[in-house]
Amino acid sequence: MKIRTIKELLDARLIAGEDFLDNEVLYACGSDLMSDVLAFVKEQTVLLTGLNNPQVIRTAEMLDVSAIVFVRGKTPSPEIIQMALERDIVLLSTDHTLFEACGKLYEGGLRGR
Amino acid sequence: MTESANNEDLVMVQTYEIEAGNFTLAGEAASNIKKLLRQLGIDAKIVRKVSIAAYEAELNMVIHSLGGIMRLEITPKEIVLKARDDGPGIEDIELAMQEGYSTATELARELGFGAGMGLPNIKRCSDKLHLQSKLGQGTYLEARFFL
Repeated sequence: MKIRTIKELLDARLIAGEDFLDNEVLYACGSDLMSDVLAFVKEQTVLLTGLNNPQVIRTAEMLDVSAIVFVRGKTPSPEIIQMALERDIVLLSTDHTLFEACGKLYEGGLRGR
Repeated sequence: MTESANNEDLVMVQTYEIEAGNFTLAGEAASNIKKLLRQLGIDAKIVRKVSIAAYEAELNMVIHSLGGIMRLEITPKEIVLKARDDGPGIEDIELAMQEGYSTATELARELGFGAGMGLPNIKRCSDKLHLQSKLGQGTYLEARFFL
């Protein structure tokens, strides 16, 4: 699924990474536990999370995660946005809850593994 | 202490100082390791595995230790990640290797870590893991990734 489609399905706001909206992601993962994300996530994944700190970007970087969706309208700090820009990671923000956002992507055909 | 890469085979060595309790910097060493391995043209799957292990090891040192040194050794045959800290050491290594067992602080948990997945994940990512620790002295971790 294209990141652009994820943005549309979640009525999400683009925060960073406009140039990469046409990149494809193969899987999705919804979690606030970066420990779990580090243990299970594959590359070309979109990460949905309610966590909003620099370690989310670090975690995404190590795993080659292509895009991060912050749920419940959370907006990352300029420092976090800068980190994402330097790492070519797309940042999106949606007003949906983690559960609803995951449900919408699942309905759209995206799977976890 | 343990088998070390033959000096003649060493292509590159990098060391990184890890500061205890500094969650803002946590991940900087792993990030640099990832960039370096990419520049060297190492296979992307291996880069990913080394990066994840390095990040977990770095986080462990930031969360649990009094600080330490992470060292990356690259030879034509393997990548070796060595993490040595100044304590306080692991009381029960077998327990620490169990998924879900953690002694992490509340702050680490708030940041999304401390779920007891770190060491098991390093083991999963590496081809060979050696861990030794002595209470009051420190911990030495050595993870090898075959090329």
